[in-house]
Amino acid sequence: MASEISPHPVKLACRGVWKIFGDNATRFLADKNNAPSDSELIDAGMIAAVRDATLEIPEGEIFIIMGLSGSGKSTMVRCLSRLIEPTAGEVLFEGQDLLKTSPKDMIEIRRHKMGMVFQHFALLPHLTVLGNVAFPLEVQGIDKKTREGRALEVIELVGLSGREGYYPRELSGGQQQRVGIARSLAVEPDIWFLDEPFSALDPLIRREMQDEFLRLQQMLKKTIVFITHDFDEAIRLADHIAIMKDGEIIQIGTPEELVMHPATDYVAEFTRGIPRAKVLTAQAVMEAPTAGEYSVQVRFDSRLEELGANILHADKPFAVIDENEAVIGQISRDAVLEILVGAPNDDADTGNAGAS
Amino acid sequence: MTALTLSIGGRERQVNPWFFIWIAAIGIAVGFYFLREAAPWAFKYPRGWIIPLRFWITDFVKWLLNGFDLGLFTFKELTRSISWLVEQPYDMVRSLLADGFKEGQGSDAIEVFPRVSWIAAVIIVAMMGHFARDWKLAALGAACFFYLAVFGQWDSAMVTLSSIAIAVPFGVVGGISLGILGFRSPFFRAIISPVLDLMQTVPVFAYLVPILILFGFGPVSAMIATIIYAMPPMVRVTMLALKQVPAEVIEFGRMAGCTTRQMMWKVMIPSAKPTLMVGFNQVVMLSLNMVIIASMIGAGGLGFDVLNALKRLRIGEGIEAGVAITLLAIALDRLSQAIAHKAQPGHEVITRNIWQRHPYLMGAAGLLVVTWGLGVFFPSVQTYPESLHLTTGTFWDGVVKWININFFNQLDGMKNFLLLNAMIPIKRFLLSLPWVVVVGFVTLAGLQLGGWRLGVLVGLLALFIVVVGQWPKSMITVYLCGMAVFIAGCIGIPIGIYAALNDRFHRFIQVVVDTLQTLPSFVYLMPVVMLFRVGDFAALLAVIAYAITPAIRYTDHGIRRVPPHLIEASIAAGCTPLQILWKVRLPMALPEIMLGINQTIMMALSMLVITALVGTRDLGQEVYIALTKADSGRGLVAGLCVAFIAIIADRLINAWSVKRKAELGLD
Repeated sequence: MASEISPHPVKLACRGVWKIFGDNATRFLADKNNAPSDSELIDAGMIAAVRDATLEIPEGEIFIIMGLSGSGKSTMVRCLSRLIEPTAGEVLFEGQDLLKTSPKDMIEIRRHKMGMVFQHFALLPHLTVLGNVAFPLEVQGIDKKTREGRALEVIELVGLSGREGYYPRELSGGQQQRVGIARSLAVEPDIWFLDEPFSALDPLIRREMQDEFLRLQQMLKKTIVFITHDFDEAIRLADHIAIMKDGEIIQIGTPEELVMHPATDYVAEFTRGIPRAKVLTAQAVMEAPTAGEYSVQVRFDSRLEELGANILHADKPFAVIDENEAVIGQISRDAVLEILVGAPNDDADTGNAGAS
Repeated sequence: MTALTLSIGGRERQVNPWFFIWIAAIGIAVGFYFLREAAPWAFKYPRGWIIPLRFWITDFVKWLLNGFDLGLFTFKELTRSISWLVEQPYDMVRSLLADGFKEGQGSDAIEVFPRVSWIAAVIIVAMMGHFARDWKLAALGAACFFYLAVFGQWDSAMVTLSSIAIAVPFGVVGGISLGILGFRSPFFRAIISPVLDLMQTVPVFAYLVPILILFGFGPVSAMIATIIYAMPPMVRVTMLALKQVPAEVIEFGRMAGCTTRQMMWKVMIPSAKPTLMVGFNQVVMLSLNMVIIASMIGAGGLGFDVLNALKRLRIGEGIEAGVAITLLAIALDRLSQAIAHKAQPGHEVITRNIWQRHPYLMGAAGLLVVTWGLGVFFPSVQTYPESLHLTTGTFWDGVVKWININFFNQLDGMKNFLLLNAMIPIKRFLLSLPWVVVVGFVTLAGLQLGGWRLGVLVGLLALFIVVVGQWPKSMITVYLCGMAVFIAGCIGIPIGIYAALNDRFHRFIQVVVDTLQTLPSFVYLMPVVMLFRVGDFAALLAVIAYAITPAIRYTDHGIRRVPPHLIEASIAAGCTPLQILWKVRLPMALPEIMLGINQTIMMALSMLVITALVGTRDLGQEVYIALTKADSGRGLVAGLCVAFIAIIADRLINAWSVKRKAELGLD
């Protein structure tokens, strides 16, 4: 379903994953040829939390699974990490089917290649910050000096230096989640699961943590599966978003694609209030370069809203540059203005008064 | 059950069909009285029909002891090695606290090293209080122990304390292990749950008998009984605590790559620690209660002093030992609670010095060394000088005498009035009921409240009591228990209501109830014997005093839990305070109050067995006789009957409460 072919190899993928809760769910699903209808599920008293999910997560990307409560997103991420055993399907991690991996190998994979951050932090109350962060290393049997040295590094990374000796109950929610993040990074995981990591935090702290998260990702370039029910958060952080409803993935795409081309009314409903300037990138609106003079250079992946600050002083077009700082296109001041001031894709958005 | 629709006087009325079923049942019951001649078996269960279960059990235990061979070793050797295992640490601790370390046998023994001196013990208790909470707790603990020294109860108290010091770790470790097994394996849980139910309802005396037979008379079998008695709540608390560990924390453990063992010991047990500590407090208090009771099979210590005083009717001595038990109980309860709820330390300040890292431990060690040294030169440091002992024994004897001289007529009149007008008629009525009818009624109540499953269960339990031939004694138990619960309810519920409505009284009654609950059941016997000597009436009062606390506590709690918006709505609707109480608070709190009554019944039954010591003639007496005659079958069968009465009452009331709560939309 992903319309854009990513330049990166696939790190984690799942194919035809089902999770059905109920007695003898496996046999039930097999009897129905892996395609039970709604009425068949209801008649059998089964609840399908995840239905026939297929997705691919490229290396180094932030992949967001978005859905409202009850949409199956939490079950989905637990199927991907095999915290829950899917009823059917395969989960491929670096090409290996996790569902066929022995419990012993699974422990090894989790110890060295996976990290997870939880909504309610899941810190161990009897350990200090240092003890919590070093815990995943401790269970691997790494000696105290080495693991605490490594833990101190990640604690510094998340900005909690000086709090190593504190207990979780002595920290604020935001600080606790920083500990959760540090702890999940201590083993240098290849894939990083975040299950609604900021949902339990106040809006101001949430914003701060999102910035912090983006800063970390810029440095670490992890492959990330991020769960949220907050579409704004998804738009802000995601490279790709999968939208789930009633256990089904109904659309996968970049934030831009979801806003500009929602696959269903349900997706359109979500994207309604989102100003286009927040999602459109420079690349998406640029025109071919005319080799004239430019006022400011902008990166191809910057969002149009970021251009707003410069617009008053820009009497010439913006230059769009790629990763190697080569000019690949230009955007006229009027084009930016039109998107900023003008039409969001719906009149429901009143952020720009007096628009057409 | 669907309601029937009746047409009465032209108006349609919904009538519960159970109404007619009960009318019919009562009709049949009355019919039995006319058939008295035709069906005498329905009134008095024929001797020939009795299943000789008690003899089977007695023979079985004898066989276990003499004939049972497990291949590599015999059963007797097994029990002996268990005794040995428990005896070793017990001897150590008892030498340390009570007897001193000795070499040689009997009276020729020479003390090689003295016990902990009384001064050191008092100060260490104070240090524990300060460590666990604050100076106030330190002062309370020290005062309680100082009393023991001053009033000459030290030796007995230290014997009791050494039993507890051994029983608690065994109970906690055993309880946690079984709890973990139960948590992990649904199969094991299915086996252990009914056993735990039974252990908590079978009166303690009943399993003293087989333990007495298997392990002999003495402190070790008392210890084993104590461990068995104190362990079930720990098993339950462990299973509950592990279940309550947040799912996310367990998921984290799995994602961190924990093995099964790491998950249990590094993630789950530490996360469950606050709840587990509540279980620790319970084990401490139950151990104390049982160590006192187990003086009947040779535990010695304070319990033996009370028992001895009771047997010889030396009220003064008994009360003195009773007060010592009370103070020991209060000190242990407050200390163990403070340790359980101890605020976790804040972030660590790095210190290197061992004195700074463990100030209490090092302080205590230093204190022990110093007092041992001083004790060599000054014996009064080692043992509180006998010449300075105070005694209140003669004072209490005087009080008893004074009461008997001045109030004998009033007290005796009250006793006789109640006996003649209420207790004896009710007892006669219950004894005259045909067992067939009672079993039928119990079954019917079960059917109505919980469906056929419950009906069959309670019916079979009641039938068991009949077929093992314990019906008359069971009815006396029901009568005493019923009277006690009724009176406890009449006193306790109004107190609870008042406590719920008045915060100051609530705080006061909370302290009283907390204290009453920490007291071992034995202690309650002393004052009633002092006032009313032996008999049903004295027993009744002791049972009421012991069992009243849940009636107060649950009423208070239930009324306080009524949702505040309901109260606001009724105030807005113009209810008077009295109307709010009668029409809103009480109906909403009733299910909770009934759970309190249920607890009262359970406690009353457990106390009833102990009141056999003051001369009741119910199942308690049966168990007590079995204990003195070391007849395990007789004791267990009577004990099971008490347990089954408890289970019947418990299941019926619980079923009602659950049903009613669901109807009221609570929980």
